[in-house]
Amino acid sequence: MPRSREGSPFTGLGPVFMKEFADHLSSARMMVLMLFVIVFGAFPVATSLQTLRTVVDPNSFIFLRIFTLESEQVGISFTAALNFIIPLMAIGLGFDAVNSEFNRRTLSRVLSQPIYRDALLLGKFLGGLATLAVALVALWLIVLGAGLLLLGVPPRGVEVARGLSFLVVAIAYGGVWLAIAMLFSVIFRSTATSALCALGVWLFFFILWPQLAGALLISLAPSEIRSIDDYAAVQSMGLGLMRLSPGTLFSEAVLGLLSPETRTLGPMLPSQMRGAIMGAPLPFDQSVLLIWPQVTGLIAGMIVVFAAAYVIFQREEVRA
Amino acid sequence: MADNVIEVRGLLKLYGAQRAVNAIDLDIRRGEIFGLLGPNGAGKTTTILMLLGLTETSGGTVNVLGFDPVRQPLEVKRRVGYLPDAVGFYDHLTARENLVYTARLLDIPRRQIDGRILEAMKSVKLDDVIDKRVSTFSRGMRQRLGIAEIVMKQAEVAILDEPTSGLDPHATFELLEMIRGLKKSGVAVLLSSHLLDRVQSVCDRVALFNKGNVALMGTVVELANQVLGAGHPLQVEASGIDVATTLNGIEGVQTVRQESDGSWRIVADRDVRAAVAQRIVSAGGALTRLADLQPSLEEVYTRYFQEARRAA
Ligand SMILES: Nc1ncnc2c1ncn2[C@@H]1O[C@H](COP(=O)(O)OP(=O)(O)OP(=O)(O)O)[C@@H](O)[C@H]1O
Ligand SMILES: [Mg+2]
Repeated sequence: MPRSREGSPFTGLGPVFMKEFADHLSSARMMVLMLFVIVFGAFPVATSLQTLRTVVDPNSFIFLRIFTLESEQVGISFTAALNFIIPLMAIGLGFDAVNSEFNRRTLSRVLSQPIYRDALLLGKFLGGLATLAVALVALWLIVLGAGLLLLGVPPRGVEVARGLSFLVVAIAYGGVWLAIAMLFSVIFRSTATSALCALGVWLFFFILWPQLAGALLISLAPSEIRSIDDYAAVQSMGLGLMRLSPGTLFSEAVLGLLSPETRTLGPMLPSQMRGAIMGAPLPFDQSVLLIWPQVTGLIAGMIVVFAAAYVIFQREEVRA
Repeated sequence: MADNVIEVRGLLKLYGAQRAVNAIDLDIRRGEIFGLLGPNGAGKTTTILMLLGLTETSGGTVNVLGFDPVRQPLEVKRRVGYLPDAVGFYDHLTARENLVYTARLLDIPRRQIDGRILEAMKSVKLDDVIDKRVSTFSRGMRQRLGIAEIVMKQAEVAILDEPTSGLDPHATFELLEMIRGLKKSGVAVLLSSHLLDRVQSVCDRVALFNKGNVALMGTVVELANQVLGAGHPLQVEASGIDVATTLNGIEGVQTVRQESDGSWRIVADRDVRAAVAQRIVSAGGALTRLADLQPSLEEVYTRYFQEARRAA
């Protein structure tokens, strides 16, 4: 690593960011990803809107229910669909971030301009994240607009606040997967390999990890459960294992934000039940407090993975 | 330092135990074209990357325009243009868009960008395809676009790695003209190449690389004197006489060797063409050719590496 180098590591960050952002927005890949999201998001939203039109309870968080309602026809809510789709979008945007520059032989030419590798990597990351944010905001607005049209009532202020927080969490969740995809794009010269690895991690967390975590829990847990404390310990261990998956953190945060009656994200303890009126919504700030660990977890994960990519990229030879 | 743009002292690069660049010294002077020559794997590209701070050094010092590429890479890269071996551009962008991106990275004031790009594209005769996508460009056009980038950058030093590899003779000729153009506008040029006779025609000085060492350095004539020995080689073609005996005793002639039927190679310590012509004609021979042989870099190169291999 360079010894006491001079000049800001962020020199040139702006142009890199702008180029990546513009490239993504105008790319065919972006169209495909948007199509993906719309197809997968439209069904849950359409069916939940169908169901919700028959509900007439002005006090319930009806707009938030659009996101979370799991209708019988589709069997998956909008947020659950996003949980699955956002990683795919992020991987689609990031899997060839660095290695495509190698393969096009543009890397050494770009790095021979007055710019550190830091700015290149960070600019690419932020460009991808901004693209993801644009896509998610667009999607969010579409859902909100559809709700307005079909339900005929405007969302309440607190619903908008919760909805916006949900958007922020979704972007952070995308950031984790973008960092993972970029990490592989730094490690592997072949874009196919890096895409495969990123998708492998995705499949691992969504398909294998729940079962693996269960198996791990069985082997780690005490063989005999004698008290409620033992039981709680096992429960929280299981939860801790599941929370290693970004998808779990995302779905917990979504639950806390979009289902205001959520009081706890872990096993319910008697102390938490005391004084609580079942089914009464939590104030917004309490909900935010509730999901704060999940959000920090997502952001920390994003930073750790990005830092790993950064360290590896610094050591890489630029020659193709 | 005043008239050296690049000073390299004891520059070292280790890849594991392998010495890719073995403690070399190098000076590039202001306004000259300097050629780095050597077989594959000699360490040319590695040296170039270290000059730009694009790869770490394992030892020694480098000074480029008064800056240290290890500690001040941004300052160096602001002033030095680099055309990598097999340069690449963003295929989905036009030539202009590619250069605009570079201009932004260079932080060129926005008002100046358009003008400088157009001027640079004119200087490499690509102004008519400036808004075409780079994916439609030939190899030669890409190399020229790389030169345009350096012109736009208004670099003080241009470092070109194998600029003519993969180009046809005409494209090579054109590219070398552009390199001469860079020199005319006051840019010092460092280039590496395999095309020796082409390099010879543009380079003021050359360094011969071998296994990470600078084996020889100087002008082509100096290298020729060092490797091939001093002297003026001549080629004579004549018929009707035996040139070897006829030329016996001309002052300055060192060796006369028959190369083929009717063709001789002569080495003298001065220009003896007039005397040779006179002697052949007066002896009744028909002189059909009398040529001064320029020392060729190719010959120097071949001979040097033959001898190096024999010594090894
Ligand atoms: N990343 C690397 N790891 C290990 N060895 C390397 C690496 N890069 C280059 N080398 C070695 O360093 C030596 C010099 O390589 P370099 O690319 O500088 O040669 P070159 O003179 O540019 O050759 P060419 O004419 O083929 O471009 C070679 O022997 C090469 O094998
Ligand atoms: Mg090379």
